[in-house]
Amino acid sequence: MPWTSRPRRCPVLGDGALEQLKREGRIVVVGASLAGLRAAETLRAKGFVGSLTMIGDEPYEPYDRPPLSKGVLLGRARAHRTALPRLRSVDATWRLGVPATGLDMAARRVRLADGDDVPYDRLLIATGVRARPWPRPEEAELDGVFVLRTRDEGAALARRLDEGPKRVLVIGGGFAGSEVASACRERGLPVTVAERGAAPLVGALGGVVAAVAAGLHREHGVDLRCGVMVTALEGDASGRVRAAHLSDGSTVETDVVVVSLGALRNTEWLNGSGLGAGPRGIACDAGCRAFDIRGIVTDDIYAAGDVARCPHPLFGYQFLSLEHWGNAVAQAGIAAHNMLSESIDRLPHMDVPAFWSSQFGVNVKSVGVPSMATDILISQGSLDSRRFVGVYGYQGRVIGAVSFDHGRWLPFYKELIERTAPFPPQFPTVDRHTDGQQPMDADFPDPSVPSHGPTVTLSGYSPADRRMTFTPAH
Amino acid sequence: MTHTLLHQILDYANRADPYPIYEELRRTPVHHEADGPYVISTYYEIRSLLHDPRISSDARNQASAGADPLAESAPEGSALPPSFLRLDPPEHDRMRRMTNRHFGPPHSPHRVDAMRPELHDIVAGLIDGLGDPGRIDLVEEFAYPFPVTVICRLLGVPREDEARFHTWADTLAASLDPDPDADPAERGKGAHEARMQLGMYLAGLIEERRKNPGDDMLSQLATAKGQDGPMTTMELLSTAALLLIAGHETTVNLISNGMLTLLRNPDVLQRLRAEPRLAVPIVEELLRFEPPVQLLPGRTTLADVDVRGVTIPKGSTLWLVLASGNRDPQRFENPDRFDPDRPDIQHLGLGSGIHSCFGAPLARLEAQLALSELARRLENPRLLDDPPQYRQNAVLRGPRHLRIACDGIRP
Ligand SMILES: Cc1cc2nc3c(=O)[nH]c(=O)nc-3n(C[C@H](O)[C@H](O)[C@H](O)COP(=O)(O)OP(=O)(O)OC[C@H]3O[C@@H](n4cnc5c(N)ncnc54)[C@H](O)[C@@H]3O)c2cc1C
Repeated sequence: MPWTSRPRRCPVLGDGALEQLKREGRIVVVGASLAGLRAAETLRAKGFVGSLTMIGDEPYEPYDRPPLSKGVLLGRARAHRTALPRLRSVDATWRLGVPATGLDMAARRVRLADGDDVPYDRLLIATGVRARPWPRPEEAELDGVFVLRTRDEGAALARRLDEGPKRVLVIGGGFAGSEVASACRERGLPVTVAERGAAPLVGALGGVVAAVAAGLHREHGVDLRCGVMVTALEGDASGRVRAAHLSDGSTVETDVVVVSLGALRNTEWLNGSGLGAGPRGIACDAGCRAFDIRGIVTDDIYAAGDVARCPHPLFGYQFLSLEHWGNAVAQAGIAAHNMLSESIDRLPHMDVPAFWSSQFGVNVKSVGVPSMATDILISQGSLDSRRFVGVYGYQGRVIGAVSFDHGRWLPFYKELIERTAPFPPQFPTVDRHTDGQQPMDADFPDPSVPSHGPTVTLSGYSPADRRMTFTPAH
Repeated sequence: MTHTLLHQILDYANRADPYPIYEELRRTPVHHEADGPYVISTYYEIRSLLHDPRISSDARNQASAGADPLAESAPEGSALPPSFLRLDPPEHDRMRRMTNRHFGPPHSPHRVDAMRPELHDIVAGLIDGLGDPGRIDLVEEFAYPFPVTVICRLLGVPREDEARFHTWADTLAASLDPDPDADPAERGKGAHEARMQLGMYLAGLIEERRKNPGDDMLSQLATAKGQDGPMTTMELLSTAALLLIAGHETTVNLISNGMLTLLRNPDVLQRLRAEPRLAVPIVEELLRFEPPVQLLPGRTTLADVDVRGVTIPKGSTLWLVLASGNRDPQRFENPDRFDPDRPDIQHLGLGSGIHSCFGAPLARLEAQLALSELARRLENPRLLDDPPQYRQNAVLRGPRHLRIACDGIRP
């Protein structure tokens, strides 16, 4: 199929066009994981009977990632048994194990690595993110150095842990890194965590809560090193990692290294396509419709999940990129709905972000965007007991909340965020302790300093962000 | 006139079908009668309040709020301290956590599921033992004895003592029924006495279990030393009393309301007979459609709380009418239809938030097994009285008797 062939124009609007799209349209989904699958299911549920193609670079059917850093590492779940439950039949053509390599927006075609190209009337991009690799390739390739994003990576790491390494070094104390450390300790393996910030989770939850996380690490026997960076990994003669060198001059002898430095958005395949995609993700409107590089919204291309970034009315219309399971599901539903709707029937994605994690026996949950906050108030429970709810404030309103083993209260705080309730909240609650009466500085690190990657990124315009140069034409 | 709706909820004449009253109630989502509780009847409002940290379950906060329908803390010389059902965090969290160690994940993930074969045997035994198929009282012969036997086994309470604690349990369950007119002290007396008796009985048992621990929950609770330390004897007594009573009073109703509903919907009963796995969605829909706990009468506001534009003042008593929320047309399409095929059924039948039903996994499993086995084994079952005779209780609502007939009992 010649790449330059003119598109078969499918009328986007007008009498019966939508009906025709539903009946005989062609929808292509790139990224066959959580967002892709849920979108496909929604399309079918909403009466789309046309052709549906699911393109995924991994050879597997859509599977669930959260267990990879939890049950799988504990040996309680198998990496190859985490397939996502199917909510309904999607009746699609699956192109698995084949990456998409290009997009021709004019011709409405997706190009595949095997040379094929697939035409579409509507395209959904759900290519997610991948683990940020260790920056020095020759060190990253040492045997025993892992990242954790995919099923294969999860299985490989689990296998290595089964062999009983003498020490595991986790680089980066974000959510994923902390979960890995927790799983290792639960298995009785010696663990060192090296974190550039002042404490684990500091980028996502701020210093006040991060101090509690640090306590959890230490109490569970993690050798936690904060305020340090790993500067080099060293291998032995057989190419197996044997030590890591730290910026404070110390060395950690280790035979397994888990690099947990956040994620990179899978957008390179869109370079040069004219779509508004880049290292921060794919810019969309609140209805998940992607922008082109001119800032004009497309009518036929949508994005959902970790790769998307959307403006959110509750957070000052900042563009949010969320690496949250629930966000992928919700956006997939919105994108699928909007693909099949007239403009006035389209829905905005306005879910309040929500995230959970489980580490060191503690259930951590958050709602809203804590990392946008300046202040925190412990509204229930206490930091000392490690069971509490912290409410985050920004410019006099509630913008987020986090709970440690107090998750059942979070719906209440979600409502406060939705109502833009004032911060600090003034009312008494059950279990309000003395240390919870006063708001304090939430103690987030300077956002311009790169961190291990919070799972929420404010990716709207910032003065430090000068990616574009203005070159006036003559 | 002012008291009409509250009285109608409690009026026995409406026990068989309280739903039209709830419908009327929902027209005023925050319903308040002079000096009475604030009654909340719509789904989203109830759900929000169940997660609202300004709402207390602690009976002690209710002193100022007038009638204490649960009367668990009789003013002087209380028989037992309040159970975690009537406590706020942090005490609630600690007690519930310590109890849960021996019941559910993460420490005891398989406890309930491991009881499956045993539950199955009990069900089979009870069905084998049903008397004249032409005249079965399903409550007396099945729906009551089943959960009682189960909770006795789980806790390690001798089944022979059932007759003794049955009377206490009855009294205590009855005391849950809020009566805005009754003198709280008067009402509290009987319950107080029953709690005292039950407490003494359990104290004896626990003493025994401490000496000779078995693998039952009572032994485990009595001997455990988790990170929260051991339970005091008084805490242990009120926890045990709570588990014993809540562990069966509600399941009896779930099963008998369930069978009643199935007999009124023979097509569903037919499907269940053919496909026992349908019991899972059937029980969920039952918890929505005929929840065994109809309303939560004992919550208090710690601050002024705005609900749908009404300010409920600090110190007010709330009634959260779960059964009404479950039939709120704003939330469920065709709410008065019993439809086990509903795709989205986040009901309020087991509550929500920190006080959501502790025994839910066990109650669900019991009801699923009971209903699927009854469906499979009863041949051509039919109701002899419809509606059946109900129990007095408006909170723990269910049939007192459920008389049915069938052509025979399949093996
Ligand atoms: C270890 C781990 C633990 C997590 N734990 C939690 C948690 O506890 N709570 C929580 O809320 N979230 C958690 N998450 C995040 C959650 O899993 C993600 O938010 C979610 O998977 C996002 O789904 P997605 O479909 O957008 O992207 P992904 O799941 O990343 O899927 C994208 C897919 O697209 C494929 N792809 C990429 N490029 C191409 C291309 N060019 N062509 C074809 N296919 C391509 C990728 O290989 C991948 O299969 C966790 C993630 C990980 C990795």
